[in-house]
Amino acid sequence: MLSSTAMKMAVACRTLTKEFGDGDQKVLALRGVDVDVPPGQMTLLVGQSGCGKTTLISIFAGLLDTTSGSLQVLGEDLVKMSDRRKVVFRRRNIGFVFQQYNLLPSLTAAENAAVPLLINGVARREAVERAKDLLDQVGMADRVNGLPSQLSGGQQQRVAIARALIHEPKLLVCDEPTAALDAQSGKTVMELIKKVAVKEDRTVIVVTHDNRVFGFGDRIVFMNDGRIEKVETAAEFKNSAH
Amino acid sequence: MNWIALKMLMGDRAKYLGIIAGITFAALLISQQAAIFCGLLLRTTSQLQDIADADIWVMDPNVEYFDELKPLKEDDLYRVQGVPGVAWAVRFYKGQGRMKLGTGQDQGTGKYQQAIVLGLDDATMVGAPREIVRGSLADLRKPDAVMMDVNGYEYLWPGEPLEVGRVFEMNDHRAVIVGICKSSRTFQTFPILYTRYHQAIQFVPQERKIMSFVLVHPQDDVPAQEVCERIHTMTGLRAITRQQFADQTIGYYLRRTGIPVNFGITVALGFIVGCAIAGQTFYTFILENLNQFGSLKAMGVSNTRILGMVLLQGLVVGFIGFCLGVGLTMLFGVLTKNTEVSFFMPWQVLVLTAVAVAVIVLLSSLISVRKVLVLEPAVVFR
Repeated sequence: MLSSTAMKMAVACRTLTKEFGDGDQKVLALRGVDVDVPPGQMTLLVGQSGCGKTTLISIFAGLLDTTSGSLQVLGEDLVKMSDRRKVVFRRRNIGFVFQQYNLLPSLTAAENAAVPLLINGVARREAVERAKDLLDQVGMADRVNGLPSQLSGGQQQRVAIARALIHEPKLLVCDEPTAALDAQSGKTVMELIKKVAVKEDRTVIVVTHDNRVFGFGDRIVFMNDGRIEKVETAAEFKNSAH
Repeated sequence: MNWIALKMLMGDRAKYLGIIAGITFAALLISQQAAIFCGLLLRTTSQLQDIADADIWVMDPNVEYFDELKPLKEDDLYRVQGVPGVAWAVRFYKGQGRMKLGTGQDQGTGKYQQAIVLGLDDATMVGAPREIVRGSLADLRKPDAVMMDVNGYEYLWPGEPLEVGRVFEMNDHRAVIVGICKSSRTFQTFPILYTRYHQAIQFVPQERKIMSFVLVHPQDDVPAQEVCERIHTMTGLRAITRQQFADQTIGYYLRRTGIPVNFGITVALGFIVGCAIAGQTFYTFILENLNQFGSLKAMGVSNTRILGMVLLQGLVVGFIGFCLGVGLTMLFGVLTKNTEVSFFMPWQVLVLTAVAVAVIVLLSSLISVRKVLVLEPAVVFR
């Protein structure tokens, strides 16, 4: 059961476990995770490769089912939610930024950014116009008609950020958004997420193992071997780093 | 979302064109072979189509198709003429003779050629060719006169101008070409010789019975079918309409020859090759876009919608491929119009091709989309 404090969190989970495979092939990816993600902040989920960060963020985003434990996301019990409802839940409430951008290669930047609106039934013309406005905010006004193949990695990630935010999701999940970028582009992207995405009514969770971007998080959740190791605020992290 | 599906499809130009090429090839092969098959079958009834004067054909009850001849007695003509409802009835001869081209201008060639001999009623000339390009029908009344079809003439004397007056021998009788006419190409591709009935029987070896058919026209106020039944009841002969005779002839060739099987194999091959090319290319297209489909699923696109997108993609390439394939077949038909290629494309060929293309597209789409439907959306984070 979640406490009333946990209920106010954007994401709250208790004793969350996730197993993959059966019998000898069974792998325990999450071993009883307890974590709260407060709304209106950027929370970084950090740890070494294979520690379970991606599995955890996939469960938070409704892309994977849990094996056991409880999970509330934006006030909804995701454990009990049917697959069909999860599809609608994701469509309306969640924005995604992927490591490899995952833009549709045959769509322009504006059209790519408009995709979540199209999925939500907005007319194409209106969706593309709104996408152009948002691309302007992320500094891509002059490349709205460029195809992904004509854009740099940093530019593609900006388009991906615009795509993730266009439908005003309450939860933004970013999976290693800087991993495919050089240091400067990575910094620019994180600054952009911090500036454009983080809002009072929006929660941002960023999975990363890039310690150069740890300074952008309001809270940092450290994971190790399928468990939460520690949770630090930005100030605590800065102090411990010194 | 349909728009996204189409952009995804057309964005990968190589695959898009590859799938269309596969379906076009299948549609071309299926429709072209089916049209040639129909054309070939139609040729088995070409003389029936050409002799449009007679609505009813009377024959021996054992005749199964047009080229099977079981001659009638001369008396049978008069018995048919006496049936109520018959406006007129005339004799008609159909047989094969051997032309010997060693006389006249062809002296010394020593060439022989099998020919179809059509003997028309001497008085009425019922069954005469409708389009005469050299000479006139009246010339057939001259002694030893025959009229040859253009195709036969060009086959025997390729590149030479169409001229009357050529002489040859048939059954040791002199024959003179007094006219050249147009007629539909025949199944056997032999030249066709039109002549008077009593002239025709001189051109072929003598038999006890000669008359092949009695051609009948019913009175205007009596339905043809009813006259057929009366003729059968009163004479014991078989009487059927021209269309029924054509259908029966086609039915015979369908049942008793290997033509449908041979063409069926080619059509099936076209279908299989189309399935293989279109299916494989479509499958590769889907596999290469798996990540994009995964992203869409993560962003909240349902499996039903994904299925709709893939089916739409299949439908579009199917429609384009069908139009191109059938268009190429029609072009083939136009280009081969006046050649020996038999080509006839009824609407049924279009339906057959459309159904085959629809099955190819459905199979390709459904096999390919399975990968997407079972795809875990979490794959986008891996």
